[in-house]
Amino acid sequence: MMLPPSHPDQATKWENVILPPTKDLHKIDVYRQGGGYGALKKALAMKPEEVIEEVKRSNLRGRGGACFPTGLKWSFMPKAGTKAKYLCVNGDESEPGTFKDRQIFEFNPHLLIEGTLIACWAMGITAAYIYIRGEYGKWIRMLERALEDAYSNRLVGENILDSGFTTQIYIHKGAGAYICGEESSLMNSIEGDRGYPRVKPPFPAQVGLWGCPTTINNVETIANVPVIIERGAAWYAGVGSPKHPGPLLVGVSGHVNQPGVYEMPTGVPLLEIIHKWSGGVPGHKGIKAVIPGGSSTMVLRGEALEGVRMDADSLKAAGSSVGTAGLIVMDEDTDLIAVITRIAKFYYHESCGQCTPCREGTGWLWKLLTRFEAGEARMSDVALLMDVANNIEGNTICALGDAAAWPVQSMLRQFRDEFERRTVDRPDDAPVSA
Amino acid sequence: MLNENNLKRVEELKRRYPTTQALTLPVLWMVQEQEGYVSEASMQEVAELLNVTFAHVLGVVTFYTMFHTKPVGRHHIEVCTNVSCMLRGSEKIMSHLEHRLGVKCGETTPDKKVTLNETECLGACGYAPMLAIGEAYHEHLTPDKVDRLLEGLS
Ligand SMILES: Cc1cc2nc3c(=O)[nH]c(=O)nc-3n(C[C@H](O)[C@H](O)[C@H](O)COP(=O)(O)O)c2cc1C
Ligand code: SF4
Ligand code: FES
Repeated sequence: MMLPPSHPDQATKWENVILPPTKDLHKIDVYRQGGGYGALKKALAMKPEEVIEEVKRSNLRGRGGACFPTGLKWSFMPKAGTKAKYLCVNGDESEPGTFKDRQIFEFNPHLLIEGTLIACWAMGITAAYIYIRGEYGKWIRMLERALEDAYSNRLVGENILDSGFTTQIYIHKGAGAYICGEESSLMNSIEGDRGYPRVKPPFPAQVGLWGCPTTINNVETIANVPVIIERGAAWYAGVGSPKHPGPLLVGVSGHVNQPGVYEMPTGVPLLEIIHKWSGGVPGHKGIKAVIPGGSSTMVLRGEALEGVRMDADSLKAAGSSVGTAGLIVMDEDTDLIAVITRIAKFYYHESCGQCTPCREGTGWLWKLLTRFEAGEARMSDVALLMDVANNIEGNTICALGDAAAWPVQSMLRQFRDEFERRTVDRPDDAPVSA
Repeated sequence: MLNENNLKRVEELKRRYPTTQALTLPVLWMVQEQEGYVSEASMQEVAELLNVTFAHVLGVVTFYTMFHTKPVGRHHIEVCTNVSCMLRGSEKIMSHLEHRLGVKCGETTPDKKVTLNETECLGACGYAPMLAIGEAYHEHLTPDKVDRLLEGLS
């Protein structure tokens, strides 16, 4: 028997809609008995523009990291034209601290398939590619199985539910490259090429896959679509934080007693997520720092978490971002220099090498940080580290450069003392700046 | 190179994409599943099959970390050492494995049974520390659990 992770008692009440605790929900019969594919039927009875309008009104924002309004993105797709149009569903899920899309493949794959079909109908798309990271072999097979069932129930393919609408869904397996989660790199990867990001503009809605109009959405984003159609945009827009509403899959990792993925409305206080949903910090230790939304988001000090909520605006105001809602918790004994060195190594390893500031800069960040880790850095290296990070930020083709710079910049701003303490030439009597 | 069954799959896949180049990754996966790795000779054959250049195929194979250009040990153990796993003791798991296998990270045991590597985040951060043996994930690791895993490898 498979069940999605359950959560202990928490202050915010929530009944899961993306990962409901229904036994065997991955089976098509169980999914349909619970009303599954009803939203598709409803959507097919609406005009495509009405579906886009409904998604706009729901205020759904992308769950892939950038929080872009989904309805608006869909409305960029040209209505007329003879060219094919494509949907790419992004299941590359490689951002450290992120492990939520995997739950959808495992526990509710038909919700993803249904959402994909509704998105295709709304944008007049006849082929969708679900891109899944190569390491997720087990989850690829799970989704393949669900897709075969959907095909044999005539829910995908020709003349879906006798509506006259035809669309195909294909799964494309990646082969190990974080950068392929970046949308233009993902398209190159589907085209059978190396995953180099493309220079923008042109944007994918004009020139995407094989030069045709294309929309790219995250797996969780698409899984929210049937919920919006079924329950209505007004209901959805009223869940959680008004400017970034809806259910959110929060992945909690690091120093908590019950790490895992929890579904909750947006806007739950981080401290509630840590202490109530995830069982608190082992040994009742204090929290030194958290990374709120996956390794690319800015680090926050433990003392600064009071009142900070898991949504786009609250985290922005706190100096970070919601990213993929992958919350990494670090207790008071954590060696943050080791943490940031490991994160920097990741970006160095994953840089595709197209732009000099990213290719060279990520290497420099990592090299400099290993000096701090070994206690061999000089005081002047603190400024040099910031300088290198600043020179990457904003100077690259894709956002991987920024993603590499932000964690380092924020760690330096928030925990400068930790860096200074690791230098060889800090005068013993010099006060450590806070 | 590709067996009958896989050649049939290639024909089916051609219907899914408007170009044959798009089959590069799926076909390389088939080669690797069949042969264990992607040799230069296979790359040449893939190029001919898909009507793309050898340089294209080579470029793709070397870009993606999951394609191997050399045979790996029968069991490929990859330990995630990224941040969430690190916070929950991936270093201890790695050194335990190095000790038990008698090889360093990045090496293969002399009997070619096991290759040990570190890897980037595999999307199991909440179940850390973790490792993968081929496609199988092993999560919530302890040294004891690692010992039992090693005993189970044939
Ligand atoms: C380096 C890099 C890696 C990314 N990885 C992912 C990923 O694994 N999954 C994902 O959905 N989006 C990822 N993104 C964001 C995508 O480019 C894109 O914004 C997203 O898929 C859009 O979906 P959404 O609007 O539904 O959020 C990544 C971006 C960058 C710059
Ligand atoms: S920023 Fe980095 S990853 Fe992105 S295109 Fe440039 S070199 Fe490649
Ligand atoms: S950090 Fe190890 S699986 Fe994500």
